Amino acid sequence: MIELLPLILATVITAATPLVIAALGEHVVERSGVLNLGVEGMMIMGASLGFAGAVVLDNSYLGLAIGALAGMVMAGIFALFALGLATNQVATGLAITIFGLGLAGLIGQPFVGQPRPPIPALVFGLDPIVCLSFVLMVGTAWLLNRTRAGLILRGVGESHGSAHALGLPVLKVRLLAVLFGGLCAGLAGAYLSLIYTRFWSPGMTAGRGWIALALVVFAAGSVWRLVAGAYLFGAILIAQLHAQAGAIGIPSQFLSMLPYLMTIVALVVLSMAGRRGAGAAGSLGQPFVPDR
Amino acid sequence: MVLSLVPRQGVSRVREIVTPLVAFVVALVIAALVLLAMGKSLKTAADVYVVEPLTTAWSLQEVILKATPLTLIAIGLIFAVRANRWNIGAEGQYVVGGMFGGWVAIAAHGMEGVWILPAMLIAGMAGGLVYGLIPAALRNRFGISEILSSLMLVYVAELALDYLVRGPWRDRTAFNFPKSVNFDAAATLGPLWEGGKLHGGVLLALLAVLGAVVLLGRSRFGFAVSATGEAPRAANFAGFNDHRLTLAVFAISGALAGLAGIIEVSANMGQLQPSISQGYGFTAIIVAFLGRLNPVGALVSALVLAILLIGSETAQIMLKLPFDMTRAFMGLLLLCILAGEALTRYKVRWNA
Repeated sequence: MIELLPLILATVITAATPLVIAALGEHVVERSGVLNLGVEGMMIMGASLGFAGAVVLDNSYLGLAIGALAGMVMAGIFALFALGLATNQVATGLAITIFGLGLAGLIGQPFVGQPRPPIPALVFGLDPIVCLSFVLMVGTAWLLNRTRAGLILRGVGESHGSAHALGLPVLKVRLLAVLFGGLCAGLAGAYLSLIYTRFWSPGMTAGRGWIALALVVFAAGSVWRLVAGAYLFGAILIAQLHAQAGAIGIPSQFLSMLPYLMTIVALVVLSMAGRRGAGAAGSLGQPFVPDR
Repeated sequence: MVLSLVPRQGVSRVREIVTPLVAFVVALVIAALVLLAMGKSLKTAADVYVVEPLTTAWSLQEVILKATPLTLIAIGLIFAVRANRWNIGAEGQYVVGGMFGGWVAIAAHGMEGVWILPAMLIAGMAGGLVYGLIPAALRNRFGISEILSSLMLVYVAELALDYLVRGPWRDRTAFNFPKSVNFDAAATLGPLWEGGKLHGGVLLALLAVLGAVVLLGRSRFGFAVSATGEAPRAANFAGFNDHRLTLAVFAISGALAGLAGIIEVSANMGQLQPSISQGYGFTAIIVAFLGRLNPVGALVSALVLAILLIGSETAQIMLKLPFDMTRAFMGLLLLCILAGEALTRYKVRWNA
């Protein structure tokens, strides 16, 4: 059992990494006061285009980059509507998700069942993107809490009116945050298809984008709570897979429900701990139209 | 910024009606360009998506049948969205409705009686209602975003149905096919006239539209819904109970989605299967927005999207276009509607 531990740990980390990356991106977006519900759509576009790119160019690293860019382009569309035209953020995010799910299916169609080019593993079976996710965690926490740029970003999210009055470029800050969120979601998606499952199948994100959104709520403003939540989820995903393989008498459907039910349970626990609504940015989800 | 928004003074009535039409046309033009780029024939596409569904008596009835669940669910969603509550789990409530109603049909298998069908419809509505109340209660009690919880419950409902149909409710005589027994005639919502296809569910959908028009336009409750959505603080001062309203709009949208579920199962499938929806719960969100959150508008948009859904079934064969094409179009359509709404409220100035 002891000698198996590093292996189990590695699988848990691999399962959690897409959640970590996507949730970190959305965390920054929500700190800036924008609610982008399009994570699922951006993620699956990253998974589909990333896989297609890797196969066509015969290089999985280029595929990861293409996937990240695909997520960013989707985020750009979201920004054009939600920031540029001040449309309802909830509805716009939903539209991005529906659009992304459809488009990703169209693009990925010829690639169903194809193998992807190899990616060499690093120490302890950890791949480069896992290492990148570590950098991303520290970087995000540092940027948000220790730098002037982070202070401005949080200020814009807390009260866009006051930030605007101080002469801060509210929409520009939000645009950058949204694009960063898209980049992360796209990379998370590409990781899912290129490294985690190693194949593309339609609808493969299976609600992970929504779980990432729930993790941001669970984080209640702290990057480290977010990361801890994501690894807990990775552990649940792996435990559920092992339980299904081990045939312990529980129908597989109930085990598959676990991640979704656990998301709700986690939010209930958070609320019972007296942190109801804590840490959400003050202007979250409200459109901003500057009056010059 | 390169582009800036200037609020319009007042919005004309004409603009309100023209906007969704323009949005629809713009989405169609973009889709047509994509089809051209993919090397598909636009003439065939027009035939498949528009002409065929509208030209035979058979397909016209199909359009109305497809519009029925969309209308029912969208009517419920209008209540929620108007109150600024986001029920994006209608798909799950639909599935639970089909499950509960279907359970009655399975339990009453081999029995006769006129009570069976009404009992199924009531059970379906009750199932959807209870399932819809979960996110509302979680929001009221724990402050949990109803967006996330209602969506998570969609996956749970789908998996639960999958389990039941493959497990306890499986028809043992069906050679391992994952399906329930075939419903008896007493548990089937039959056609309204001999040889026709339209069933009583169509009338129920129309009734829901009528009820929503009255309730939203002429009742205190309808006023409370809109007030809470547009000015929550003012509504609170006016004495409208925020928590009770959340429960009410989720109960209405859950019950209507559940009703849609059991109607589909009883009238069109005649049995429970591992999957009983084609994403109606999500499509209905677009129906509600295309209809500008107006019940009659939703009815019209449901018919429009039903034509599209029928067309997409033919397109899979005739044009080799997967259903994903339709889904992408729906996302695009929602974006166009939202842009249209923004342009009725603001003038866009470039380079300000």
